[in-house]
Amino acid sequence: MSRRVLIVLVAAVIVAIAGWQLAMRVFMAAPDDLDLSLSKKSATGLYAVSLTPEQAPIREGVLQSFLLTVKTADGKPADVLRIEIAGGMPRHGHGLPTEPHVTAALGDGKHRIEGFKFTMSGWWQLRFTIDAPPGRDEADFNIVL
Amino acid sequence: MKRWFPLAVILVAVLGFFALFRHGEGSFTEAEKKTIASLALTALPKPPPDPSNRYADDPAAAALGATLFFDVRMSGQGNVSCSTCHQLEHQFQDGLPRGHGLADTDRRTMPLSGVAYNSWFFWDGHRDSLWAQAITPMEEPREHGGDRAFYAHFMKREYGERYQRIFGPLPDLSAVPEHASPLGRPAEQAAWKAMTGEQRDGVNRVFANIGKAIEAFERSIMPEKTRFDRFAAALAVGAVPDKDAAFSELEVEGLKLFIGSANCSTCHNGPRFTDGQFHNTGVAPVPSLPPDHGRAEGVKLVAADPFNCLGRYSDARPEDCGELRFMAKSGKGLERAFKVPSLRGVAGRPPYMHAGQIATLEEAIAHYANAPTEPTNGSELHAITLTDRGRMALAAFLKTLGD
Repeated sequence: MSRRVLIVLVAAVIVAIAGWQLAMRVFMAAPDDLDLSLSKKSATGLYAVSLTPEQAPIREGVLQSFLLTVKTADGKPADVLRIEIAGGMPRHGHGLPTEPHVTAALGDGKHRIEGFKFTMSGWWQLRFTIDAPPGRDEADFNIVL
Repeated sequence: MKRWFPLAVILVAVLGFFALFRHGEGSFTEAEKKTIASLALTALPKPPPDPSNRYADDPAAAALGATLFFDVRMSGQGNVSCSTCHQLEHQFQDGLPRGHGLADTDRRTMPLSGVAYNSWFFWDGHRDSLWAQAITPMEEPREHGGDRAFYAHFMKREYGERYQRIFGPLPDLSAVPEHASPLGRPAEQAAWKAMTGEQRDGVNRVFANIGKAIEAFERSIMPEKTRFDRFAAALAVGAVPDKDAAFSELEVEGLKLFIGSANCSTCHNGPRFTDGQFHNTGVAPVPSLPPDHGRAEGVKLVAADPFNCLGRYSDARPEDCGELRFMAKSGKGLERAFKVPSLRGVAGRPPYMHAGQIATLEEAIAHYANAPTEPTNGSELHAITLTDRGRMALAAFLKTLGD
């Protein structure tokens, strides 16, 4: 009997600690399996997209810019008509505090996007919706500050 | 009896485990310690430069700015200065629900500590530099109640030599009327229209330079080290905070709530305890005042301000004006959104909110816990459960930011 109680109790303690750790992770930090890669295929595979911060490390509270390189599936620079930028903090339910936009097409599929501001630490999601002759597609990137 | 011994040991261990995470300075997790360090004054960098004001860090400009800040003659009736509302002995604010210059205004006077770090000024951010902010109340009828031609003449008459040593020659004001402004009374507006473009530009430039001198002074108003900063400094080096760095159990609980489940540090983050942004937190409008749209109106006003970063009186290159160029100009989040104030010294400056709607710190905490729905556009707040002790703990912690 006592052994059974003991086992139940130990199990309860383990569950409590694990639950508490999990709660801390959920509320305080980004998920562990977050895809932090800065080069990837767009959602439906139309483009190979890579994102490069122009300032490293990315700092909180000051304007930041990125270079976004967009190539078609066969590796050629995409003839980009438009890039829409959205994003925010999934854990806090708010969007971007600024309106970043493309300020220069630098050739070879490369675009400068200025005006990002990360107002707090944590997990930020950036979504780039690309319009080019192959079609409209989007690529999501995760940034953790 | 012996069979129960391991059980007793486990029980004590469990209770000890939770006690450890509930009380005492040694109880902070690594993540909490990191957040606490990010809030301490040691994490505050030097004030960023203001490219729109080439005199921002000029000591002579700062000295002139200090003189102007306290000079009541800088007003329509000779009885209002910046320090009428921004009082040196009261954290550069006035303790009133709404500022009062020549008459009652619609918003609470903001304190000035650490103002050099702001990107946006006023509760709705309708100015984008400290110098453009400083000259705005001067022409507001309920504040200084003056007009810009008067200020230009006044500078030449009273401070001409000091002005010219900093800013160079004054414009020719001999044919400029004593009173004229594109704002203000119809007679002043008519006089302004009758002036030549060159005269208007000269007056505008003197007016802008008044603001630039005041900014140079105000940039020196910096937050001071508090008990929280001493506590955080001890924690950062693994020492036990004691004497003037010590926190009571209640204050530790308050700090944990602040950076944890009470969600305060979501917006009140960084060493100034503000994200510098605008949020709608469901603060009720004052029924007797005209509707206040907050940031939704502020973005329009700052974009149209001739003294903004991209304007001709700014010393910045367009590429230095990122805040204005990439400002969020639309969206639901702007309506009735107001600037997050710094919480340093907050316990010492009731009443709270943009129009002084909330009288005490305790009621302000209750507002955030209750998260009342906002009548028209919705609040960003989510209600949280705070016990009476939790409320007391948060208030106790906030008081450590001022002593």
